[in-house]
Amino acid sequence: MTGGPRDDPAGRLPRPMPASVTGMQMHAKDMTAEPRGETAPGPVLALDGIVKTFPGVRALDGVHLALHPGEVTALVGENGAGKSTVVKILTGIYQPDGGEIRLDGSPVRFPTAQAASEAGITAIHQETVLFDDLTVAENIFVGHAPRGRFGLIDWRGLKARAREILDGIGARIDPDTRLRDLGIASKHLVAIARALSVEARVVIMDEPTAALSHKEIEELYELVEQLKRAGKAILFISHKFDEIFRIADRYTVFRDGAFIAEGRIDEVGHDDLVKMMVGRSVDAIFPARAADPGDTVLAVDGFCHPTEFDGISFTLRRGEILGFYGLVGAGRSEFMQALFGITAPSAGSVSIDGAPVRIASPADAVRHGIVYVPEDRGRQGAITALPIFQNVTLPSLARTSRRGFLRMAEEFALAREYTARLDLRAAALDAEVGTLSGGNQQKVVIAKWLATKPRVIILDEPTKGIDIGSKAAVHAFMAELAAQGLAVIMVSSEIPEVLGMSDRVIVMREGRMAAELHGGDLTPETLVRHAAGIEGAAA
Amino acid sequence: MIARLLTSREALLTGAIALLLVLIASRFPAFVEPGNLASVFNDTAPLILLALGQMAVILTRCIDLSVAANLALTGMVVAMLNAAAPGVPIAVILVLAVALGALMGMVNGILVWKLDIPPIVVTLGTMTIFRGIIFVISGGDWVNSHEMSAAFKAFPRAEILGLPVLSWIALTVIAAFGLFMARAPLGRAFFAVGGNPHAAVYTGLNVGRAQFWAFTVSGALAGLTGYLWVSRYAVAYVDIAGGFELEVVAACVIGGISIAGGIGSVGGTVLGALFLGVIKNALPVVNVSPFWQLAISGTAILIAVAMNARASRRKGRVILKRAEAPA
Repeated sequence: MTGGPRDDPAGRLPRPMPASVTGMQMHAKDMTAEPRGETAPGPVLALDGIVKTFPGVRALDGVHLALHPGEVTALVGENGAGKSTVVKILTGIYQPDGGEIRLDGSPVRFPTAQAASEAGITAIHQETVLFDDLTVAENIFVGHAPRGRFGLIDWRGLKARAREILDGIGARIDPDTRLRDLGIASKHLVAIARALSVEARVVIMDEPTAALSHKEIEELYELVEQLKRAGKAILFISHKFDEIFRIADRYTVFRDGAFIAEGRIDEVGHDDLVKMMVGRSVDAIFPARAADPGDTVLAVDGFCHPTEFDGISFTLRRGEILGFYGLVGAGRSEFMQALFGITAPSAGSVSIDGAPVRIASPADAVRHGIVYVPEDRGRQGAITALPIFQNVTLPSLARTSRRGFLRMAEEFALAREYTARLDLRAAALDAEVGTLSGGNQQKVVIAKWLATKPRVIILDEPTKGIDIGSKAAVHAFMAELAAQGLAVIMVSSEIPEVLGMSDRVIVMREGRMAAELHGGDLTPETLVRHAAGIEGAAA
Repeated sequence: MIARLLTSREALLTGAIALLLVLIASRFPAFVEPGNLASVFNDTAPLILLALGQMAVILTRCIDLSVAANLALTGMVVAMLNAAAPGVPIAVILVLAVALGALMGMVNGILVWKLDIPPIVVTLGTMTIFRGIIFVISGGDWVNSHEMSAAFKAFPRAEILGLPVLSWIALTVIAAFGLFMARAPLGRAFFAVGGNPHAAVYTGLNVGRAQFWAFTVSGALAGLTGYLWVSRYAVAYVDIAGGFELEVVAACVIGGISIAGGIGSVGGTVLGALFLGVIKNALPVVNVSPFWQLAISGTAILIAVAMNARASRRKGRVILKRAEAPA
């Protein structure tokens, strides 16, 4: 390990430079950092045989990952491949159950986030973890502010250093601005400035472009180039193939928590990468279904929203499972929330059984027979302090009460009927939902909705974060619901689930419908191509 | 598991109250005679009434600091009405007091629901406004005992089966509240909305509306108590029940109502109020300065909150144990 970057005080590395690419490239030649690229020595940071298990789930199964100085390594994989878990292990949030982390070739442990940070590992998250009510300069130096006499913070030095770093990355941001007043792109710049200020050697970027506009993405690419030239090892997590192929030097593929392949990006093609990501059998584990959809139940026409989605139109028939596939941030959940009346679309209409209906609130949606099982169960699904039976009956209180009084016997009867249909095994119906496992909580939420006798059920990431056994049960149940004539919309980011369960799939990309696929078009490759916007996807 | 903790909270409070009574009885046996205990209950009745309303509000993740000012304003209005028109029947005065209190609660509720102002700010504001209105309508004057009609003053003291009407009203409201929280859809909504507002929205519940009704219930009970208070003490002035709102919140917290919303019970609230009531009545008997009462209720609040925190932390540890495999 040459240790170049470490010897460079971070503030010296990025110099003031014009924001244009050519300007930066010219400048790069007289950077003081070590030469990199092909001549780079071994990895700064390497993971070997890392294992991480959660109850019921093996999140990482002996994965390998190497990050080289001055190079961008793209970590590629479907949702659930274990990317986030790796990030959390690298940043000291999770402890691995087995395997080895090596920094400069010697084994290390990161028992805390602090330890990882001190070792020079910094992460820029999808949603930047910064402090909205502090100034830009304070954000950059939180936790490691320059000290003056008596150990007090040297404010003058702090501001000067902040300005230096910000200028160095071409960010025209006043260090005295409160962070709250900045846009998301500027916040990213601040996060990057912070990464530079702690003399980071490894920078992790977890889907940094998911929330950015096109222009902001271009600016981010320039920053990545700068970080490379400054000798940082960069782990870049993205689903977008165009950007992977544009800025990465190396790739590593994970699938289902296992290491699949690694190599140099210029030695691999789009198709190879897609195959490595999805390559596995999809059949067998999903229930066989006789697709025999009936009449049209739901018709959505021209749903638009000023910032989140545009032009969503489709129909849904009885007994049909319609999958919604897309990358994180493609606008699927946002659209579903509008359809369910939580947010208001700017245009568009809904009809049920051919009759137009107005959905202005979730209560309207439920009344018209549309129910929504949200993705974030903890926050949006179950009321954990209430017992199971009260959760199940919550939307059906009109049915379980008589003359304004709830009847506990009927509440228990309703809860018993629907939890039994879902094969929910709990000690007692008056146990609190908070005491159940994730899978069982999901069942409580689904039971709650089934008890309202809906026409259309929207399941947002129905099996996210639940163990394999519960997953199969949820899938079997979904198939049963469809067989009973319920129209099902399933939002899922898991390709096998989308392919295994859906009769038809709508792929969303950047808030629009990228494709509607059925029959022979339903292959992992077509899904990934449409979702990521890879050339030739129309084929 | 929480259910067990809650029942243990109630059991614990019952035990604490019993222990207090035993300690007092060891020196002043007269204190625990049934007649005196009944008068302690009667004395605590206003606190119980307000604490029940406050419980509904706290369950929905709000707080109502205006209850004492609401009580004082309603009390002043009915006292002035009685002074001006002694012929107005007590039934009308009761209805008026409840309606006026409910109206003030609705003002709080509307501000929280429609304007999205944090409840603590809303009720701090209305608390001051209500007190100000009392001054404006009374000109700062007192309504004294001799200005009130005999019937007006007699109502809360009238005894039925050996208990004053004030106590009977408290018992009735406790029973009605128990039924309401357990069996009315709105009572269930209070728990749901406070327990997880996001999930409540997805369930089709209107969070703001539930909070509005909680404030209305709290206001109505404050209004009712306003009349009872003024007639019992036979005086109305600007500052009656000054600072009482904090005692009300204290009763709820000691009774195990989670300040974070969604957890609590009628039984706990009543016991929390009784605990404070026993202390308040016992200290003068055992010749302890009433200032100690503040210190003791403050300590009780801290112990109660610490127990709440410990209960939830223990819950967290269990989850960690499952999630954290040996490293």
